[in-house]
Amino acid sequence: MIPELGQYALILALAVAIVQGSLPFVGAARGDIRLMALGRSAALIQAFLVIGAFLALAQAYVTSDFSVANVVANSHSAKPLIYKISGVWGNHEGSMLLWALILALFGAAVALFGSNLPDSLRARVLGVQALIGVGFLAFILFTSNPFERVSPAPPDGNGLNPLLQDPGLAFHPPMLYLGYVGFSVTYAFAIAALLEGRVDAAWARWVRPWTLAAWCFLTCGIALGSWWSYYILGWGGFWFWDPVENASLMPWLAGTALLHSAIVVEKRDALKSWTVLLAILTFSLSLLGTFLVRSGVLTSVHAFATDPARGIFILVFLLLVTGGGLALYAWQAPKLAGGGLFQPISREGALILNNLLLCTLAATVLLGTLYPLFLDLITGAKVSVGPPFFNATFVPIAMALFAALCVGPFLNWKRAELWPALVRLRAAFAVSVIAAIVASVVVDGRATLAAITFGFGVWLITGSLTEFVGRARRRRLSAMPRSTIGMSISHTALGFVVLGAAATAAWNHELIRTMKIGDTAEFADLGVKLASVVPLQGPNYVAERASITITKNGKFFTTLTPERRLFTVQQRQLAETSIHTNLLLDIYGTLGEGDADKGWTIRLYWNPLAPWIWLGAGLCAFGGFVSLSDRRLRIGAPRRSRPLAQAAE
Amino acid sequence: MTPKRKRLWLLVGSLGVLCVAAALVLTALKDNIVFFYSPSRLAEKHVTAGHRFRIGGLVENGSVHKEGSEARFRVTDLKRSIEVVYRGILPDLFREGQGVIAEGTLSADGAFTAREVLAKHDEKYMPPEVAKALKESGRWQEGSGKK
Repeated sequence: MIPELGQYALILALAVAIVQGSLPFVGAARGDIRLMALGRSAALIQAFLVIGAFLALAQAYVTSDFSVANVVANSHSAKPLIYKISGVWGNHEGSMLLWALILALFGAAVALFGSNLPDSLRARVLGVQALIGVGFLAFILFTSNPFERVSPAPPDGNGLNPLLQDPGLAFHPPMLYLGYVGFSVTYAFAIAALLEGRVDAAWARWVRPWTLAAWCFLTCGIALGSWWSYYILGWGGFWFWDPVENASLMPWLAGTALLHSAIVVEKRDALKSWTVLLAILTFSLSLLGTFLVRSGVLTSVHAFATDPARGIFILVFLLLVTGGGLALYAWQAPKLAGGGLFQPISREGALILNNLLLCTLAATVLLGTLYPLFLDLITGAKVSVGPPFFNATFVPIAMALFAALCVGPFLNWKRAELWPALVRLRAAFAVSVIAAIVASVVVDGRATLAAITFGFGVWLITGSLTEFVGRARRRRLSAMPRSTIGMSISHTALGFVVLGAAATAAWNHELIRTMKIGDTAEFADLGVKLASVVPLQGPNYVAERASITITKNGKFFTTLTPERRLFTVQQRQLAETSIHTNLLLDIYGTLGEGDADKGWTIRLYWNPLAPWIWLGAGLCAFGGFVSLSDRRLRIGAPRRSRPLAQAAE
Repeated sequence: MTPKRKRLWLLVGSLGVLCVAAALVLTALKDNIVFFYSPSRLAEKHVTAGHRFRIGGLVENGSVHKEGSEARFRVTDLKRSIEVVYRGILPDLFREGQGVIAEGTLSADGAFTAREVLAKHDEKYMPPEVAKALKESGRWQEGSGKK
């Protein structure tokens, strides 16, 4: 009964979305207040219905209702409750429903918190949101219905993919989707602005919190995904330049560029047309990411079973969103005349350079990700583009970005002098150069590129702190706008990510050894001993747990307890890594197959500064949230000067 | 500065960055593309030892031998097969009869030394290259890659 209610709710939500995606546009064009107001209530009703549908599916999972095909395929009665809940979005149908849910929630949030928007703009934003919603709800209902029944109901389910039974992955998809879908609001604002034919500082200020929130969530989502693949795949790496990973990185890069260019629109009334274009592209890249993940056109280590029909639906949808957006842009953008003038050396100029480099980075990733697809289509040759390509292209461009990043905040709006800024950064520069030299000489003379990257990490931290301290001298901390504090936090945090990534990639040690109980080995500056391997019974798996004693200079250092789990339902094995961390160093162990006679395969990693990658990414997102709490974004949004806007208020 | 000169500056700057990026991309693509061969294609092509590439197919039944941390197995497209040597822990989903992709080089004795064996998150998943390799060797059955 409840699954049917869920399905009805989805169908109703689609109907409401169709209304919401049409009548408010008519209202906005005719100036009909009632039709425009319709968008607001429709958005709330739609959110209510999709929440209902989502809860219906969650109910089927929690109560293990095996008459629902989706639950049979992805759940099992013996699974812990948290993974029954995360199982709701741990599959294709459910994750699309989660996407639709978040989209509807963002729509409702615009309806609720958008009371400072002019009626016509709000109506159009909600209309565009609803049109995206129509696409996704139709996709769910016609190609991937999560509520499909099976008869007769099997006694138990197939269980969730063991790799997904993990706390990190339970929250990874919702975070990532909050980011992807959050950019739909920015897209809707861009389309609405094009329809109205005007973009001004007020528009930029309305858009900024949505972009910032989406960006923060996307940052968290990518960090969680990277952390998850670090500890669950057992390869000791944190980023593999895999198509699925790149799919989430591209919207992040474009979104970061958007975040910065929107500042120029807000403060200086320039770069308007570019910002609108970037908003369209960012959401298009989010959709492209979904398409790449869901269609399986590319070989990926993270790929899941896929269905070509679904891929084609998303591709068509992607073309409509991107093509429609760009066509409207081509038609209306000439109306968005640029405002403030500025010199090349100025804050505006620095932010343009930021955008240029970030977009180039996104384009490089896009090219590397899609190149195998192009080559296959044109010549039929099967190739893959792996980490060496991205290291050779992404890293140098990123370094240029890092070099400029610390200088930009020192420059004034409109016109600035480069030299005084560089003079103020001289101490930071000296420290960074020394750090790079020390890193290359003391730690390892061979990894020159890593040492330079390491120097850039130090440069980002010292440069951002120099700027912050200089600002704090002139102004009390409490009087400083939160957005400035947020910027300093995020820029510094980026430095920590770079340091962690450079150190882990270049200076890690790896040990693969077959060991029997009592065997010892030397590893980096540590002594390793396999103390015991004992059997273990988990809630829905049986396991072997190894106990590996690590000593340093002959003294006890730590014990690693990696496990090898056999999930009884799926008959699948999964290695559970064990990581000892002291925030400067990860010692990472996995247990391979083996037995008491032949010994077990043990894999150990010594990863310096690895925790900084995720701590830095978390701090980066935190900086975004601090900036989001800026009171300027909550109150005192500027009113539009034209009578049209005043009438709307 | 006039708007015209500003635009010129912008244009020159963007073109400069794009040229550098394009140069980077082209050199990187030339050196870092990894080709994929099925065991049959590999037999036709003469790949020099030491050249890095990918192979893919099914893990031949009964071919997996583990000796310490070294694993030996054969990858087949059901027409031809090739011996693969891998040092390290095989992915959790590695099984006989399953699709697999390995990246590495050909050693002098004609065996393939894998540096990486790619794991999948999902046993229903068949890498597109493997599906194509099986199709080319005429042994593909519709639906065998899907659930």
